[in-house]
Amino acid sequence: MADDVTISARHVIKAFGQGAAAVRALDDVSVDIRRSEFFTLLGPSGCGKTTLLRLIAGFEMPTGGEILLDGADISTLPPNKRPVNTVFQSYALFPHLTVAQNVAFGLQMLGKPAAEVKATTERMLALVKLEAMAGRKTAQLSGGQQQRVALARALAPQPKVLLLDEPLSALDLKLRKEMQIELKRLQLETGITFVFVTHDQEEALTMSDRIAVMSAGKVQQVGTARDIYIHPRNRFVASFIGETNFLTGTAEDGALRLGTGERIEMPGLRASPGPTTAIVRPEQLRLGKTADGGLQARVVSLVYFGTDTHCHLHLADGTELVARLQSPASGEAGLSRGDSVGIRFAEGAVQQVED
Amino acid sequence: MSRAEDAAVHRSVRNGWLLSTPALFLLTIAAAGPLLIVLVYSFLTPGQHGNVVWDFSVEGWIGILWSKDIFTGEWGLADAHLTIFWRSVSLSLLTTIFTFLLGFPTAWFIATRPPAQRALWLFLITIPFWTNLLIRTYAINEVLRKEGLINAVLLKLGVIDAPLDMLYGPFAIFVGMTYVYLPLMVLPLFAAIDRFDMKLLEAGYDLYASRMQVLRRVILPIVKPGIIAGSILVFVPSLGAYVTPRVLGGGKQMMIGNFIELQFLAGKNWPLGAALAMVLLIIVTVALLVYVRYANRDTSHG
Repeated sequence: MADDVTISARHVIKAFGQGAAAVRALDDVSVDIRRSEFFTLLGPSGCGKTTLLRLIAGFEMPTGGEILLDGADISTLPPNKRPVNTVFQSYALFPHLTVAQNVAFGLQMLGKPAAEVKATTERMLALVKLEAMAGRKTAQLSGGQQQRVALARALAPQPKVLLLDEPLSALDLKLRKEMQIELKRLQLETGITFVFVTHDQEEALTMSDRIAVMSAGKVQQVGTARDIYIHPRNRFVASFIGETNFLTGTAEDGALRLGTGERIEMPGLRASPGPTTAIVRPEQLRLGKTADGGLQARVVSLVYFGTDTHCHLHLADGTELVARLQSPASGEAGLSRGDSVGIRFAEGAVQQVED
Repeated sequence: MSRAEDAAVHRSVRNGWLLSTPALFLLTIAAAGPLLIVLVYSFLTPGQHGNVVWDFSVEGWIGILWSKDIFTGEWGLADAHLTIFWRSVSLSLLTTIFTFLLGFPTAWFIATRPPAQRALWLFLITIPFWTNLLIRTYAINEVLRKEGLINAVLLKLGVIDAPLDMLYGPFAIFVGMTYVYLPLMVLPLFAAIDRFDMKLLEAGYDLYASRMQVLRRVILPIVKPGIIAGSILVFVPSLGAYVTPRVLGGGKQMMIGNFIELQFLAGKNWPLGAALAMVLLIIVTVALLVYVRYANRDTSHG
């Protein structure tokens, strides 16, 4: 079941504008979204993630390529012919209808019998814990409640895929955390495939089964949160997800030679001409005495963050690195500005990435 | 409440009334006063030279539906009056419906232009207001008459062999009123559509509504206040229209407005004219009450 694909985008191109002024919002995007997974499209604004979502919903037609739903091409179907529903960023609740009427709308349009509409609406309102608000107009609800109505309305027709366009961005931090848990619960309870668009990497990492990191109209990498954090494919993914140190040097067999002349062991690296980039996460740096070996560096500054301390370091050639040191009980990292240290890395922590 | 506070409240109430005196005075003089005069005149007896004699009479009101035979002096039902009422109401309704059918797409078009262009389109809509109503109506006359624009073009194209007889009748009145009152429909509709959140269209389509269902179930209910305002603004002046039926109806196809004029001038029957004016007012009020109530009921039930 795990490899059962619901939505498959194949070489999708979406251009806006005409001729030379045309801008490719999506540039040959191929991605498979599996049944019943929580799939996140993550990227900075303008990366094309919302465009891809709108193509799946049917609000836009692709300029090239195709979108399959359960193996059938839906690229040219209008939104009302696709068993796919959307939770809009602004919620887009119908202001002239009550909460219950909003939730019932999709079912009525599908021509379901009145008794079924009523029963499903009640079940959906219970699912989002809004039974008490059924008769209210949506303008009388708080932002979080409106969000729940939007969810119930989109889930009521039992779509094959639920699309969520940055649905949490308008909520305050506390409510956002609650809704993250709520969304995850709804997804598990309904078993519906969720496609979630966000620019918030923390949201993506905590909620998703799999994440597609997008940038400049292309999918940069698809994988689980762990895959993407630990094995970022390229410089963009590495810098967009979490904090990263970049090391640039020349590839030799089994090691990276830095500009300072020092070597970092990288088993599996093969000698190649031109510069090679490697990354290492700040929490994978171990600082020791200079005499114990490792990369020779000088402490430039120390920033205390409570749980840990960020130690900014300069290598001999001026390369900047950050080490995240877990704070000991005393709160003192045992380092001070100007100290010389030797940097060692956790096994396998230094990885080559594409530029 | 202390006596000082009591006095303060009194003072503020008194000041409130004092401040609204000019407005109340104006309302009395400008609205209630003339209405009262018309009401009183409708219960008087017509004079010899188109004035009123101060003798109480209900003949003015009776004359609305019945007329006295000039030879036998017997009262009979006045078919001609009923025809005029029916023509007025039906033409006004037709005008309201057609201004809506034309005005809705127009208002939608303007409201969906980029903000910088909207002002220009609205400006174009208001341009006809700069021209005198009489001249605009004669312009329609020029378009519709036998040697007019439409006939000339159709003859030239060979669509018709003989000119169409469009002038002087209900059709010409309807065309004229639709043209004259169209902006009054477009402007409130634009105001309502401008506030409409276009995301709701996508929400509707997404939830399996067809284009027609989105129009009926989402757009129309939400812009209804604009539809009501536009309909009132068109229906009320249409019902009392005077210039348009006069110029395009050819004198024989009267509407209530012309009929009232007839009583005050040629007919020299002021009480009947006054009673007719009151009837017009009553028709308008009843129509508005029914419309507003219907609209409100519809809203509360979705």
